[in-house]
Amino acid sequence: MDATVSFILNGKPVTVASPRDRMLVWVLRDELGLTGTKVGCEAGLCGACTVLVDFEAVPSCSTSLGDVAGKTVLTIEGLAVDGQLNPVQKAFQEHHAFQCGYCTSGMIMAAWAFLKKKPKATRSEIVEAMEGNLCRCGAHVRILDAVETAGKVIGGVR
Amino acid sequence: MRRRDFLQGVTAGALTFFFTTPAGSAPIVPTRPGTYPEDFNAYLKISADGHVSCLVGKVELGQGAMTVLAMLVAEELELDPAKVDMVLGDTDLCPWDMPTGGSLTMWHTAPVLRGAAAEARAVLLRMASKALGSPVSGLTLKDGAIWVKEAPMRRTTFGELVQGRKMERHLGKVKPKPLSDCTLIGRRVPRKDALAKVTGAAKYAGDLRLPGTLHACILRPPAQGQTLVTADTAAAERVPGVRIVRDGTLLAVLHAQPDTARKALALVKGTFEGSELDVDDVRIYQYLVDKAAPGQRVVISRGDIAAGEKRAATVVEGEYRNAYESHATLEPHTSVAKWEEGRMTVWASTQSPFVFRDSVADALKLGQDKVRIIAQFVGGGFGGKLVGPGAIEAARIARQVPGVPIQVAWNREEDLFLDGYRPAAVVKIRSGLDAGRGAITFWDSTVAGVSQGEAELSYEMQTNRYQAPTVSGLHPLKVGAWRAPNAHTNAFARESQLDALAAKAGLDPVTLRRRLITDARLLHLLDLAVETFDWEPAAGPTGRGIGLACGAWRQGLVVALAQVSVDRTTGKVKTERFLEAVDVGLVVNPDGARQQVEGAITMCIGQALSEEIHFKGGHILDKNFDTYLLPRFSAIPRIQVVFADNATSVTQGIGEPPVVPVAAALANAVFDATGARVTHVPFTPERILEALKRVPTK
Repeated sequence: MDATVSFILNGKPVTVASPRDRMLVWVLRDELGLTGTKVGCEAGLCGACTVLVDFEAVPSCSTSLGDVAGKTVLTIEGLAVDGQLNPVQKAFQEHHAFQCGYCTSGMIMAAWAFLKKKPKATRSEIVEAMEGNLCRCGAHVRILDAVETAGKVIGGVR
Repeated sequence: MRRRDFLQGVTAGALTFFFTTPAGSAPIVPTRPGTYPEDFNAYLKISADGHVSCLVGKVELGQGAMTVLAMLVAEELELDPAKVDMVLGDTDLCPWDMPTGGSLTMWHTAPVLRGAAAEARAVLLRMASKALGSPVSGLTLKDGAIWVKEAPMRRTTFGELVQGRKMERHLGKVKPKPLSDCTLIGRRVPRKDALAKVTGAAKYAGDLRLPGTLHACILRPPAQGQTLVTADTAAAERVPGVRIVRDGTLLAVLHAQPDTARKALALVKGTFEGSELDVDDVRIYQYLVDKAAPGQRVVISRGDIAAGEKRAATVVEGEYRNAYESHATLEPHTSVAKWEEGRMTVWASTQSPFVFRDSVADALKLGQDKVRIIAQFVGGGFGGKLVGPGAIEAARIARQVPGVPIQVAWNREEDLFLDGYRPAAVVKIRSGLDAGRGAITFWDSTVAGVSQGEAELSYEMQTNRYQAPTVSGLHPLKVGAWRAPNAHTNAFARESQLDALAAKAGLDPVTLRRRLITDARLLHLLDLAVETFDWEPAAGPTGRGIGLACGAWRQGLVVALAQVSVDRTTGKVKTERFLEAVDVGLVVNPDGARQQVEGAITMCIGQALSEEIHFKGGHILDKNFDTYLLPRFSAIPRIQVVFADNATSVTQGIGEPPVVPVAAALANAVFDATGARVTHVPFTPERILEALKRVPTK
């Protein structure tokens, strides 16, 4: 049964009529047209669909619409502010920390959630934080470099 | 390289080469050759406002084709590559091209495009010369404008000269700029796809959202080799909004919501027919050897093997295996097809727009001109998207619902089930070294499962023999081209075998190769690798865990050095360091090339250590990334990449070469760490523990 669920999406309130047990990724992509969030495994194993719910990184393929009722959801589309890239996006762009780009949205979201809590992380802490996100092209080294760079920017402006 | 020579060189021969299929299987793609147009207007369009568009039948898979091809055009036309609009992989708009694979973009397409841009530059300069009344030698060209050097006010622009028309003048062969005049080639250039990819704006086939799209989920048999007989769709049809489409053995459940279509599909009950295969992931190797045996043929034979064996002082016999491996692109195969006014348009995740066009046309019995493929950003290919069964499925369904866009997006289970795997293979080698430890007296090898492709490297061998089977339908599972097909299987065997010979003869692996290598480029690369790694080679096993391997893909050469640690209790291998020294001729885009090498090393750490398709009969047991194990961040070593300074030779592609020696270098590093020779890719913890048990105690 369709339910009416409201939440804050990328800073703006939205209301969606859809079953509460429907997975968030489909709501984002099909109901709201935000296709930056990707579908990779539908089982929370690859991280391509990572979004932030109340600033926690979650796989949106395994998070239901009902789970986000009244909460804030941030997707890749909501990361840049007034056309200014988020420091993580900027670092990914500068380091060329991607190839095919299919994992990139999820990588950036996972990294942002982590760096918000711990901008001055060590390399091994970053590895641990990113372990749930798969990249098939092998951009890993650059992704770690980019997260490190972004951490310095975020930590520096605190 | 001159364009005409180049064309004559590739049309037929290279197709055969590129589509070298795993031995014994059917051709992977229809080998319907096309030709590169001679008219540069096919590649370059200048709009009325002077904007330059470049049209190429390649696609952006992540390897950076979009950026490096724009660089070549920008170099000749003196533009900012960011200002060159790239139109890729649209079969209506772009000239015919080979697939984006096999490291062909830089080897094949780049010279053609560079030649076209050089001719366009020369034509523009002549047009400007006439318009400005100045000889060409007195003109300067930059950022879309041309002016008289001595009188910069006398100027014109691309837009004014061409006025949105086709450039009618042709000059034939025009030499590209000499390297010494190039300002972009060899420099780091920002990737053109970066902004779209970091903001989520990049559109992949599944992101199109065409109005009225229906998502099609297809009923799959439980096992490969089976087909649908009957289906009960009553329960699925009760789901509001569901439509069922059946076309022969293809049955699809359609719905406006992808997740609802998937759930409704689960309500369909089908019966299937087809023989069960009596083979599994353990017995596959003997199966391949037995089945290939009657088809043996000598591929290459030099000298008298028996006489060579008599001269040998050290003999090693090895058997090397590799499992089936999936491409496992993070974006599963996805296509959107629409049948309208007698034409089929397919927006696809594809490496091969023109192959997709031809195969969709064939499947639907349409003329080539009735099919248009429009490639989108592709979420990884690695050979897996050279063929388009998903695009054909989407087109067959779309044909039955005219005007409605049909999206077929495989889920992970389908992608692992329907993929054409890297073939499992067995390579047996018997070879010997002379008493002076400087000559391979004989090398006798037989391979089952793949071809002999890249089995040889430039090593001096007194006698050798390579045998590969030609048995049709050899593989029980569907196989395909996996990045550097055949080459990594053969390099794993050859380089492991050499390492074993060196160790048995008490020689370090570098010295043995220095004595054997006949190619100065490879020798130089070996020295470069050893020096950069700062390594003092010694006869193994030394306990340091350092392994060496060499490899080639066409003229591209790679020397790999790996350092590992092995946990003797768990059997886990940790790659600590990995270096590749690479010679692919002139490197056009150094950062892009580096990315390919880093990516290949990372990807093949998965190939070597964890990736394996498990199966029983036609049942593929791996359904997702919980058992099909890609390398994660914790598996990534410190990576070093060094390019040979080889700016004078023809640019080779970079997608394949760095893949070739990775597994061998890691296996040799495991031997150096432990004395255990791992001969089965992937060397999982279980296989490492087994290999450790076989190490003789001193």
